Amino acid sequence: MKAFSFERASSAQAAAARAAEVQGAKFIAGGTNLVDLMKLGIEAPEHLIDVSGLGLDRIEETDEGGLRIGAMVSNTALSADVRIRRDYPVLTRAIAAGASGQLRNKATTGGNLLQRTRCPYFYDTAQACSKRVPGSGCSALTEGAFSRQLGVIGTSDACIATHPSDMAVAMRVLDATIETVTPTGMTRRIPLEEFHLLPGDTPEKETALMPGELITAVTLPAPVGGIQRYHKVRDRASYAFALVSVALIRQPDGSGRVALGGVAPRPWRLAAADAELPNGARAVMARLLDGARPTEETQFKITLAERTLAALLLEE
Amino acid sequence: MPPPIEFELRRRTLLAGTAAVAAASVARLAHAQEQAGSAASAQQQSDIALTVNGTEHRITVDNRTTLLDVLREDLHLTGTKKGCDHGQCGACTCSVNGERINSCLSLAVLHDGDDVTTIEGRGAPGQLDPMQAAFVSHDAFQCGYCTPGQIQSAHAVIGEIRAGIPSHVTSDLTAVIELTEAEIRERMSGNICRCGAYSNILAAITEVAEDQA
Amino acid sequence: MEFNEPAGQNLFDNARLVGKPAARIDGPLKVSGLAPYAYERHDVVEGQLYGYPVGATISHGRILSMDVEAARAAPGVRAVVTTLDIAPLALGMLNVARLFGGDEVQHYHQAIAVVVADSFEQARAAAGLITAEYATGDAADFDLHAAFERLQGSGDPDTLVGDVDTAFRSAAAVVDQMYHTASISHAAMEPHASIVDWSDGERMRVWTSNQMINWTRGSIATTFGIDPELVQLESPYVGGGFGGKLWLRADAVLAAIGSRAAGAPVKLALPRPFVMNNTTHRAATVQRVRLAAASDGRLTGIWHEAASHSLPGGRGENATAQTPYFYATDTMRVKHHIVAMPLPEASDMRAPGEASGHMGLEVAMDELAEALEMDPVQLRIVNDTQVNPSEPSQPFSERNYVACLETGAEAFGWSDRSATPGQRREGQWLIGMGMAGAYRGTPVRPSGARAILENGRLIIETDMTDIGTGSYTVLAQTAAEVMGLTLDEVEMRLGNSLYPVSSGSGGQFGAASSTAGVYAACMALRGEIGERLGYDAPEFSDGLVVSGDSSQALADLQGRFEAVDEMTIGNFQDNYLLATFGAHFAEVAVHIATGETRVRRMVSTIDAGRILNPTTARSQLIGGMTMSIGGVLSEEMALDTGRGYFVNHDLAGYEVAVHADILDQEVIFLDTADAVATPLKAKGVGELGVCGVGAAVANAVYNATGVRVRDFPLTLDRLLGGLPELA
Repeated sequence: MKAFSFERASSAQAAAARAAEVQGAKFIAGGTNLVDLMKLGIEAPEHLIDVSGLGLDRIEETDEGGLRIGAMVSNTALSADVRIRRDYPVLTRAIAAGASGQLRNKATTGGNLLQRTRCPYFYDTAQACSKRVPGSGCSALTEGAFSRQLGVIGTSDACIATHPSDMAVAMRVLDATIETVTPTGMTRRIPLEEFHLLPGDTPEKETALMPGELITAVTLPAPVGGIQRYHKVRDRASYAFALVSVALIRQPDGSGRVALGGVAPRPWRLAAADAELPNGARAVMARLLDGARPTEETQFKITLAERTLAALLLEE
Repeated sequence: MPPPIEFELRRRTLLAGTAAVAAASVARLAHAQEQAGSAASAQQQSDIALTVNGTEHRITVDNRTTLLDVLREDLHLTGTKKGCDHGQCGACTCSVNGERINSCLSLAVLHDGDDVTTIEGRGAPGQLDPMQAAFVSHDAFQCGYCTPGQIQSAHAVIGEIRAGIPSHVTSDLTAVIELTEAEIRERMSGNICRCGAYSNILAAITEVAEDQA
Repeated sequence: MEFNEPAGQNLFDNARLVGKPAARIDGPLKVSGLAPYAYERHDVVEGQLYGYPVGATISHGRILSMDVEAARAAPGVRAVVTTLDIAPLALGMLNVARLFGGDEVQHYHQAIAVVVADSFEQARAAAGLITAEYATGDAADFDLHAAFERLQGSGDPDTLVGDVDTAFRSAAAVVDQMYHTASISHAAMEPHASIVDWSDGERMRVWTSNQMINWTRGSIATTFGIDPELVQLESPYVGGGFGGKLWLRADAVLAAIGSRAAGAPVKLALPRPFVMNNTTHRAATVQRVRLAAASDGRLTGIWHEAASHSLPGGRGENATAQTPYFYATDTMRVKHHIVAMPLPEASDMRAPGEASGHMGLEVAMDELAEALEMDPVQLRIVNDTQVNPSEPSQPFSERNYVACLETGAEAFGWSDRSATPGQRREGQWLIGMGMAGAYRGTPVRPSGARAILENGRLIIETDMTDIGTGSYTVLAQTAAEVMGLTLDEVEMRLGNSLYPVSSGSGGQFGAASSTAGVYAACMALRGEIGERLGYDAPEFSDGLVVSGDSSQALADLQGRFEAVDEMTIGNFQDNYLLATFGAHFAEVAVHIATGETRVRRMVSTIDAGRILNPTTARSQLIGGMTMSIGGVLSEEMALDTGRGYFVNHDLAGYEVAVHADILDQEVIFLDTADAVATPLKAKGVGELGVCGVGAAVANAVYNATGVRVRDFPLTLDRLLGGLPELA
């Protein structure tokens, strides 16, 4: 880990301004992902700006009947909030399915969205990875590589990594919007569906944030009701990243929404696939995973996603 | 007998390093303070106050130092373990301001003013706290390396259930959460025990939770 | 003392302490965080510096050059030593990969440099600045299955009994299947770590985490070409071993070199992402198991051929290890092939060979039972034997396998199992039951100890280690038993090369061997006390030494009484085959849609001689079940066959069982005693628990789903294709 200087930000806007101004600066809040990556030399900030003490740790009701979740609300606090549990249970389910109790206590809402991929080649600095070193290539796509955990759709020849968050999958199915402050003090609202970028030729560009821009909140629209489910499939019973996860909101009339985790560089949802829900899991996945490009090792995720959704639909 | 290794060093006999060490103090904190003269290194260190097990410590830390390493290397509180140093095992679990965290993934500089409880603050031989005693009586460990973290989590898990924080196995998100075996197992899953003492850990926690009820 | 004939009736047959449950005497230190592990010895030497390793980033080849200038110039750095700076170090005992020195790279993350600095952060940062240029070796073939196909049938069999070809031609039922097991990592919670003080280049003091004090002390001496007398090694607490800390590893070597170079003590722990490829592992196996049986289930032929990878000169993972000894058969052919691959060092892990071998043999037995339409428990019962099947003149010293099977079946409720798969469903879960047998040899090694009585306090010193197995406690129970004292009147000192050489911890030999050693030392101490007091045939009980009408409290004896002795094992044991047995039963639930598998309950019945301490022994067994559940369902060192290294090299990528994976576990010990094994009539239990558990789970998954998986781990992707269509 490279040595770095450190400051505590006084306000969100000041933090953003400093981040744009200081060479090699990064924000730190919970640190559960950033410190891990710094230890491995994957992230090497020269300056850290502590944004954990800015009062962005409240969950407030919005004028539209939704909730505005401060970016520094911990995963534990968010999952335990009575309004979330009552009105957005898929979000509590997704958060509780992720990481461990200790990690959820430190991990923040904003930081969770900014988690970087868990691809093992991204994690080993000795290996080529275009996400880590632009243009160096994707080790996971070479002969003999281990790709079982990686993505099947939305990927590119430059990168087949997935976004590891569970929380984000639930937020995607809830049509969440991200609020930011820019270095010039502007507030921006970015729909979650536009927040995580697909890799294309530039997998190092992961989000729509501009340099210095700080996430301040995530807003949820008014509750949509319905039956809300999150099924995370993994190799062990807990404390593991998803092979596939399915977030489902289903209304009494059979309509609803579906988002997938563990298969793509971002929470994966398509309106056209939602529209197929009344026609069953196969119809949904035919749309949602249309154009999937699995490796031999990730082929099973196509079947698994469909069967997981089918099981959820049978549950009700 | 073959010659000692230094005769086989092909290049750079490294004796300069030997001399330097002989002259210098190598106590970490003292050294950090010596270096504080240079502006660059000063910016890369911070003064923090940390209350650990009721005792306040004012220390200068390298910004890179984790809470775990401050505890183990600076304060010599080695009961908090380093198993993976990457948040993947839970051996470093300790309590900060009443919440359990992985101290390996938390920079010490972010804990200025915080109140930390380590395993040493729970109880010592002869005056073990009820959870420590239950771990002994249920043989809830073997090698013992994950044990302090397990005990820290065990305390926290009972508290988290009573505080109504839901888990992955909580069936009804709007009802009072029951203290069940399934809840304990799920919530203890961030603490890996390679010796495989989970069944006994569950028994120890269950006994303490029932005694407290 | 020599153990030269089967034990007769002795004090352990009516023991107060041995064989009774006792809480670990090291427990209070462990639960309060005060038990000192290797990296934590701030107390032992002043001025410790921090070492950090650098590893090779190719699987094999040569290092052309290394750039260490930036690292040397980095803040706080006291020394940098690269592998190019020194000649290749000699190999320690049973090491096949060089631990340091020279330009050859034999495997990924082989150590190529060590940085020593004032702080951990400085050492780690400087290590990150070191770069190396490589000449990559010729492309290597990492296809173990293909290698097996090539080697199949070649070489002299390791075991050959009768004519298997004829047996298979005339059999009523035959099973012939291929099985694959993945490479498995020990993944002990404490990474390999050492503090070494070799400041003056003369005497070397090593505080480390190691299972075998004397072996490793010798390996250090060999590696550095120094007199073993100059090396002192301490390892009083070991944060998990499982075979991964049997040998000298890079942590101690790098700390020693760093200490020599910096002229100060150096502490170094292997970073977790480094452990998997730098240290040893259980090698993957490919197995072909062929079983032939008569219509009554009697085996007429067992043909087990297997292959595993290793660096040249290594032993791989011999999956046939149990096969020559487990079941009665008319004919048998057994062969293990070692396939050279430039992968990290394959070496021993808990039940080396057997743990993988049971996955083949005991799943094949399940398949044979089905082919014969016979109950799997019954099939095993009819093939029991009381003699070594590959050497029928040699009887087992004691074998109660049938009792394991019958007792376990009863306790588990085996009769509720449907022989037809896929019959039981609860909601979205398919429920199945499976079982497997367990066989593990139980060697006994010479073991020594020193017993000291001073001011009424008994002190036992031996270089035996406690790796979580309970050595502290069972040795204290033994000593207290022999000396007529209570457990808290005994002080145990373990894991120091200054103490008499013991068996060490490994191969399931530790507890049985070292308790015999402590028994020998205490008997010698009894002799010494009797002689000095002038007592004829003294007896020791209730804290007293008694002879005729004379008696004294041990607490009142003035001065120091000391005796050193070693238990050696006479040739008579060669007339017997010593082994432990078990039967494992598992009930699993498999999600009908996703194939997620949960082991809902397990019962293991164990025949391992006298159980020295049922509390700690039970922990060994439930620990073995837990490790095996991870092993069969999720653990796999994922091999990149293009690059030649294990990719998922941390505890997030390599998934051992977590608490939520482990549900109900029950252990039943048969009340047995093996007089041939040791004077305490005890055998090992630590490794038996990883033999057959995985097979029982796999057989239960088959019973639940009707999908027979023969490639392990049995991850859900291997089940999906065979699960029912969802309505």
